Amino acid sequence: MERDLERIREEEDRWKRECLNKHRFNRAETDWGEEIKPLYTPDDTRDIDYLEEVGFPGEYPFTRGPHPSMYLGRLWTMRQYSGYGTAEETNKRYRYLLEQGQTGLSVAFDLPTQIGYDSDHPLAQGEVGKVGVAVDSLADMETIFDGLPLDKLSTSMTINSAAAVLLAMYIVVAEKQGVDPGKLNGTIQNDILKEYTVRGTYIFPVGPSLRLITDIFEYCSKHVPRWNTINIAGYHMREAGATAVQEIAFTFADAIEYVNAGIKAGLKVDDFAPRISWIFNTHNNFFEEIAKYRAARRLWAKIMKERFEAKDPRSWMFRFHTQTAGSALTAQQPLNNVVRVAFQTLAAVLAGAQSLASCSFDEALALPTEESVRLSLRTQQIIAHELGVTDTVDPMGGSFYMESLTKRMEEEITEYLKKIDELGGAAAAIEKGYIQQEIQESAYRYQKEVESGKKVVVGMNKYQVEEPPTKGLLKVDPKVGETQIEKLKAFKTTRDSVKLEPALAALKNAAERNANLMPPILDAVRVYATLGEICDVLREVFGEYEGTSAI
Amino acid sequence: MDLVDGVRKGSVRALAKLITLVENEQPGAIEAMESIYPHTGNAYIIGITGPPGAGKSTLTDKITKELRRENYTVGIIAIDPTSPFTGGALLGDRVRMQGVSNDEDVFIRSMATRGTLGGLSRATADTSKILDAYGKDYVIIETVGVGQDEVDIIRTADVSILVVIPGSGDDIQAIKAGIMEIGDIFVVNKSDREGADRLVTEIKMMLDLSSAPRDWTPAIVKTIATEDKGVETLVEKIKEHREYLMESGTLALRRKERIRSEITKIVENEIFRYFDGLIAENRDIYDQRLEDIVGKKEDPYLLAKQAVEIIAKKISKKAGEYKGRG
Amino acid sequence: MNQDKRIRTLVAKPGLDGHDRGAKVIARALRDAGMEVIYSGIRQTPEQIVDAALQEDVDVLLLSILSGAHSFLFPRIMELMKKKGLGDILVLGGGIIPVEDVPELKALGISEVFGPGMTSETLIKYITENLSAGN
Repeated sequence: MERDLERIREEEDRWKRECLNKHRFNRAETDWGEEIKPLYTPDDTRDIDYLEEVGFPGEYPFTRGPHPSMYLGRLWTMRQYSGYGTAEETNKRYRYLLEQGQTGLSVAFDLPTQIGYDSDHPLAQGEVGKVGVAVDSLADMETIFDGLPLDKLSTSMTINSAAAVLLAMYIVVAEKQGVDPGKLNGTIQNDILKEYTVRGTYIFPVGPSLRLITDIFEYCSKHVPRWNTINIAGYHMREAGATAVQEIAFTFADAIEYVNAGIKAGLKVDDFAPRISWIFNTHNNFFEEIAKYRAARRLWAKIMKERFEAKDPRSWMFRFHTQTAGSALTAQQPLNNVVRVAFQTLAAVLAGAQSLASCSFDEALALPTEESVRLSLRTQQIIAHELGVTDTVDPMGGSFYMESLTKRMEEEITEYLKKIDELGGAAAAIEKGYIQQEIQESAYRYQKEVESGKKVVVGMNKYQVEEPPTKGLLKVDPKVGETQIEKLKAFKTTRDSVKLEPALAALKNAAERNANLMPPILDAVRVYATLGEICDVLREVFGEYEGTSAI
Repeated sequence: MDLVDGVRKGSVRALAKLITLVENEQPGAIEAMESIYPHTGNAYIIGITGPPGAGKSTLTDKITKELRRENYTVGIIAIDPTSPFTGGALLGDRVRMQGVSNDEDVFIRSMATRGTLGGLSRATADTSKILDAYGKDYVIIETVGVGQDEVDIIRTADVSILVVIPGSGDDIQAIKAGIMEIGDIFVVNKSDREGADRLVTEIKMMLDLSSAPRDWTPAIVKTIATEDKGVETLVEKIKEHREYLMESGTLALRRKERIRSEITKIVENEIFRYFDGLIAENRDIYDQRLEDIVGKKEDPYLLAKQAVEIIAKKISKKAGEYKGRG
Repeated sequence: MNQDKRIRTLVAKPGLDGHDRGAKVIARALRDAGMEVIYSGIRQTPEQIVDAALQEDVDVLLLSILSGAHSFLFPRIMELMKKKGLGDILVLGGGIIPVEDVPELKALGISEVFGPGMTSETLIKYITENLSAGN
């Protein structure tokens, strides 16, 4: 074996001398700026111990996948991110997507909902129903899931600082449908740290925010055991400009902070670590994207087993949802995006995603139409059923380039994690502006490369055409704000306000006493307290985070 | 003098425009400052300095909030560095002053260091005078870091606050030069971090060792600016220090000292402008002679002497014109 | 003296939308073009933005918004700009703004609206040309 490798290395040198170097060729670079060799051979994987580092799917370190049979056992969940306008419109869109063969829901909330404001709050003006559905109270949540049996669905909710409240609403909708919360499947994002760095929908300061997260961990481990209580997100860092390496590194750094917080709150790591899930961004650089997830699976397993000494193999497993890259879409020649989305989706599948959302081609311009969202769902279905890429597990495994790239990415990510540890962990690194700064540097470098033409974006900086404005885009009804406010007003007059005061007082008391907040939030939701009313009580006790967006 | 009038009548637009005029040294700037000067002397000027990342902006925000609670009006000058490569600057301090950014009685002005020698300390001194004449009760100047420029700026303040944080690597040793001597109040910010008490002890020791004669023992205050902790105490200390300055007569002395150094700077600056103009007018000759000096065919002293002579002539000619007009 | 006259710009994010990659990239590009750039931070109200433009005496105000709330927030901002006597400031919009909304925004006094894919060169050129024309 060793002799074979020597031979191969000698032959490679000879080939370079006698053959390759006689030709002109370009040198490519990885997204983090490392030169890519023109050719990879067994010599490049000589340091990789197959059994230790790659192994078998469903077994430590899970490089080839978290499940033994992967897609041969079950396809990924097809879960398009959607929701807009009112609860009624969103319910209609969900019914449509499920009819079309979608297998899970992913709820997009509007910005006031994400920041804990009711639709009639002055700061909500102009924003109601725009980037997602407006939810003011349990009544809206009942409408969104009307006719959709929650025991048969898996629902992902992109909600962070207000996650406890929206989760409580979901649980109560289930109760009203007669569904045992123990049977609920789904995810809340609940990842506050990246809100401070790249996404911006924070409400409370860091301390109370972390407390809300661990309260959810604790409550759900007892009462909603199948719920994924945190969906740690690299997606938005990538959208903000992070490289693939930074995306995984900064997300893992956040994750380590949450695990530490859980342990500090007195939880056992194996009680909540199996409920950690992830959302990442699958971008254009095909092989790097696949290697990224393979590296992440291996590294997370090592972190959980070695650093946190988790015993339950489910704690070691990295299971992820991914969405194709919104920032890779162009407003120019939008149909080109169909192709980009297809390749990104394919990369996610070859990387072994558990759950997948594909962007729609018109999303650089507006929210997707019914037609465009169907096309992106069909893209997933074509890949699942027509291409044959699901016929064996981890078909890319063993490629010299793929294994070598996986290894290099793991090393680069580890390097970043070391640096962040030295800074005192993710929260400290965020406070110092380190993570924001790194992401902004990458974003700016990318922009300069696009502007200089070093990076080609087809249709945008090369192969441009004169084109008329795209027709047939979805336009959210401009009246949706008014409609929602009227609905809210009418709702407030019909609810039983006698029960409201004591429920909110109990919540305030729990917040001050450091008791778990989930039970009093559930009680407040049950008596139809609005999202804004609940968050205002918490704002009063916790205060508000004041933006320090470093630049 | 529309802008000065506007400032005196409370126009925010005039205030902002006048600061620009003075900062850019545009024509009329000196004349405007002449008319502003008689209306100054009422505002109390707080200088805040400390290494980057110490939390100066957040602390400024919280001090301002505290002062606003007592209904004092506040002007803030927040300084960020100019890029030496492009001459541009990113001014991001406002982001950390969200707590007071929509208060009509707080005026925040971001300023870039720009880089002319002494230009920044002149611009900040003039801007704080304009804010003073506008009627602000307090003016807070927040510097970039802790270098010599900062010392110059902070000297224009009535009270100098030095902000440090535990465990940042820049310990007191590293920033002691010059700046320890001028600190009236020391703030240990982020004091929930490990090493805060040790830092307090270090500062105390440093002050004990210092040979500078002083009647005021610099106060040391622990704060957590992001949580608004310790800020009330800090503001009390600022006021105590102010009382000390008034009662001991030090305030008047300090301000006189400040004017003295300002006059020097104004003169330097004026003469420097003549020198700049002279070079601009004789670019080719200047470049040639520079070459000669480098090549040891000539010496720099002669050139400087000649430049001073020409400048002196120009100034006396201008003075003649000025008299003629009068 | 005029060598010290720098173009001052305010890059602002009105509304609740936290997507500030574009705003920050633009801020850096303008800095590298020699301008002084004040960044407002995210989640700014129209009042905060206009007060910042006033106090900072900027030459240019750039508004970036991706949430679709421009049709409510931009008119509010322009109204306040007029009220505070800032009609002479060059106001530019960017982000995700449908083409059919642009004429309406221009009628408010917003000089130009830039969409995704705009280069910083285009923007810088636009600013310098329009400022020198205005002066």
